Amino acid sequence: MTLTTTATPSAPTNKLGFTKQDYVGSKSTLCAGCGHDSITAQIINAAFESNIEGYRVAKYSGIGCSSKTPAYFLNQGWGFNSVHGRMPSIATGASLANRNLINIGVSGDGDSMSIGMGQFVHAVRRNIPMIYIIEDNGVYGLTKGQFSATADQGSHLKNGAVNDLPPIDPCTLAIELGCGFVARCFSGNPKQLNTILKAAFAYKGTVVLDIISPCVTFNNHDASTRSYKHVKDHDFPLHDLGFIQYSEVEDVEIPAGQTEVVTFPDGSKVAIKAIHEDYDPTDRFGAMKAIHESMAKGEFLTGLLYINPTHPPLPEVLNLVDEPLASLGESQLKPSAAVLDEIMQSLM
Amino acid sequence: MTASLAALAPTGGAKTRINDFSIQVATVNGSGSQTANSVLLRAIFQMGVLVSGKNLFPSNIAGLPTWFTIRASAKGYVARKASNEILILMNPETAKEDIANADAKALVIYDEPLQLDKLRDDLTFIPVPFQKLVTASCPEPKLHKLVKNMIYVGVASRLLGVDMEEVKKAIAKQLKSKAKAVEINQNAAIAGYDWAMENLPDQDHVKVVRDNKTQGLIIVDGNEACALGALFAGVTVVGWYPITPASSLVETFIEYAEEYRKDPKTGKSTVAIVQMEDELASAGVVLSAGWAGARAMTSTSGPGISLMSEFIGMGYYVEAPGVFFNVARTGPSTGLPTRTQQADVELCAKCSHGDTQHINLYPGTMEECFQFAYDAFDLAERFQTPIFVVTDLDLGMQNWSSKPFDYPAKPYDRGKVLNQQQLAQVQDWGRYKDVDDDGICYRSLPGTPGGKGAYFTRGSGHNAYAQYSEKPEDYVATVDRLKKKFETAKSHVPGPVFRNLGSAKGVLAFGSSDPAVIEAQDLLAQSGLKTDYLRLRALPFTAEIDAFVMEKKVVYLVEQNRDGQMANLFRETYPEHATKFKSVLHYDGYAIDAKCIVDQITAFEQK
Ligand SMILES: Cc1ncc(C[n+]2csc(CCOP(=O)(O)OP(=O)(O)O)c2C)c(N)n1
Ligand code: SF4
Ligand SMILES: [Mg+2]
Repeated sequence: MTLTTTATPSAPTNKLGFTKQDYVGSKSTLCAGCGHDSITAQIINAAFESNIEGYRVAKYSGIGCSSKTPAYFLNQGWGFNSVHGRMPSIATGASLANRNLINIGVSGDGDSMSIGMGQFVHAVRRNIPMIYIIEDNGVYGLTKGQFSATADQGSHLKNGAVNDLPPIDPCTLAIELGCGFVARCFSGNPKQLNTILKAAFAYKGTVVLDIISPCVTFNNHDASTRSYKHVKDHDFPLHDLGFIQYSEVEDVEIPAGQTEVVTFPDGSKVAIKAIHEDYDPTDRFGAMKAIHESMAKGEFLTGLLYINPTHPPLPEVLNLVDEPLASLGESQLKPSAAVLDEIMQSLM
Repeated sequence: MTASLAALAPTGGAKTRINDFSIQVATVNGSGSQTANSVLLRAIFQMGVLVSGKNLFPSNIAGLPTWFTIRASAKGYVARKASNEILILMNPETAKEDIANADAKALVIYDEPLQLDKLRDDLTFIPVPFQKLVTASCPEPKLHKLVKNMIYVGVASRLLGVDMEEVKKAIAKQLKSKAKAVEINQNAAIAGYDWAMENLPDQDHVKVVRDNKTQGLIIVDGNEACALGALFAGVTVVGWYPITPASSLVETFIEYAEEYRKDPKTGKSTVAIVQMEDELASAGVVLSAGWAGARAMTSTSGPGISLMSEFIGMGYYVEAPGVFFNVARTGPSTGLPTRTQQADVELCAKCSHGDTQHINLYPGTMEECFQFAYDAFDLAERFQTPIFVVTDLDLGMQNWSSKPFDYPAKPYDRGKVLNQQQLAQVQDWGRYKDVDDDGICYRSLPGTPGGKGAYFTRGSGHNAYAQYSEKPEDYVATVDRLKKKFETAKSHVPGPVFRNLGSAKGVLAFGSSDPAVIEAQDLLAQSGLKTDYLRLRALPFTAEIDAFVMEKKVVYLVEQNRDGQMANLFRETYPEHATKFKSVLHYDGYAIDAKCIVDQITAFEQK
């Protein structure tokens, strides 16, 4: 397969010499205005700006409108659109097979918070090296608008049906499970999403991004709590964020004063300027408390909710060799005839 | 000497069963009898006599009854034998029932306080004061319960004529380097032996006589053999979830990996082993690791395969490699989780929704468990598809003697994978283009540099370029090519093994039924019915199988399930021969025995 587009001579290039067009995918087949497409656009921007080597990218998804989107970005990378709710295990196996891959998983609120809840929980617990994006619209888009488990209690479907059950929040759940990078974004706030995605690319373990992403076809009506209007009115960004990739740290000055700086093991830095009182994203319990309080008020607290830059990912915990397991050859894997002989002797 | 012991007196040797008997030991689960039983089995094995051991254990950690049978056979028959010549009864809970079920003339060694000798008068009773003997031989009261069982090893050895030196050696081997435990257990066995020496007369009903049938052989179980096959095949990713009887396959692999799969310089591991949250996740890990270029496997049993079904269909359709061991147990549902069956034949042949066909390997011996486990990784990468290695509890967890395994010298077959240079040369590459006309396409691995070869894998409809497609012609082309690939597999899977006595009547079996079928074939021949036996070793059916089916007037299809599942596959594959297949079935959870095969075939013949 060839890249869908080629660079025009004038298009700006990144440090690898790629234009933004080199990060796109096939044409989206989602409804016009779907929040998921805005997220795709920011993944493309962030990958371009972060100088991501496309061939190292592996994209995984389950099933849903959201899970279709990996086909719409980064055609230079490999994709695996698997089965409903099981994206995390696909990311687990491939990331273990080749630890050089840059792993992006895209899922939906149905895909991750219902059928795939078990896999979500365990992937986070194992700290699989991946960006785990939940494109959260409160409904099952692809099966035509049934409630998902993130729908707010008392919210209405277009046909009038009311959701009687409390929602599951992916972010507090992820923090509870020890996730080292948890953020909530809104597809309608591209600047914030872009910065968080760039920081996510620099992070070594599981990044959970719950991105509120309105479904214009089934969940954008006036009585919805996931409509563009409702989310815009209730979005409380926590901070102004800046992200500086390790390669640029020298050139960028971080303003002194109000700004808190979190440094990643590779030297990259996230600069956080608080808007929302004195929110501290390195304080796990404080973060939980603030999120619960805001949810009780019906707000969406957005931004970097929790960060722990030094949480070891699974390949490190398993003490795997540095070379990708998939590249190991027979000489490194097959024990000698003497070994078999020794084992046979022990069984005699 | 009690009255019944008189029956032990020598008969003059004419009817002595030499190296030809079964012993059944009844104990309580968790009482440490497993070590004693293994020692007795090993001691007889070291006497040069072929033995097999079968543990009939409950689904329970401690407290429920368990039985262990040891069969010795001069002729080399290692299937379960339906009758037992010696009973060792240590479990008060089951003793009365065990006596009621005993075969006439059996020798019954039992714990004296159980007072079983009045229950029947056609058995020979040997009451043993186990408690007294253990108290005298073992200074540590807290170990009494565990070493008590070693006393019956001593008593039985004396009765049978097993050399005490072999018993001592077997104890040392079984308990490896734990010197103190070795000494305590050897003392207990000697105490039993000495007591029997003083208190029991010689007998010549059943005897072990030194032979040379086990020279150079190993004792192993199928799970260990499969684990070793995977070790030598270079598996690099293992995703699994515990389930009896499949757990010990991965657990044994973990032990070997600790020793043989660490980089000598860095101490880092060349295999990732992850105990997943369930079998669904295990299947996902296996298929995605295979997709990314690793050799990946899981080990499970029927319930796990059921859970994996959706993923296995995806693996078949997107063409991702992976090795799935199914150590089958008695279903459906939880069924009899610690008993054996071959009732997942159809499940594994066609696992998942939609039209699916899978390559299945059915090892029937320990050497095949090793070899097929090794080959499965080649087949998975060659055919880019899930491969089932189907064994069962009987093969997987029981003790089998075997020739030592040959070193698998054949180099790995990593299949049709294009690297960066090859991709650069290919004009118009398409992930699902059937360039070689064998149904197998060329794949690329994620992370390959050079800007070529990336593709999008999807479980939804796709064309030869891996693009989304709902076009009828693309769909049909894909599934028809998958069928062609399955055809290609016929020349790559292991063919059948024959044991022909020269007959138009065929017997067909697979997997763990093999020893019982061989014995049955001999018994039938002795009573005048010759048969030709074909042992099936894989799906799809190869050309030799076609020929056998064409040629035979009748095919007795022996399998360990209720519904004749393999016979169903045969009737479906060879509809014009459908009436030839007669099912010989065994499905009570115990391993199949020769007698049930002989009885059923004889009944068919008399019709
Ligand atoms: C095993 C299984 N059950 C049900 C479905 C049907 N199904 C497809 S997508 C979907 C829900 C998707 O919802 P979500 O993950 O929120 O994605 P969205 O479409 O809203 O982006 C369901 C139930 C399926 N594909 N597989
Ligand atoms: S149905 Fe909803 S979620 Fe699906 S593409 Fe349309 S707007 Fe997006
Ligand atoms: Mg949704």
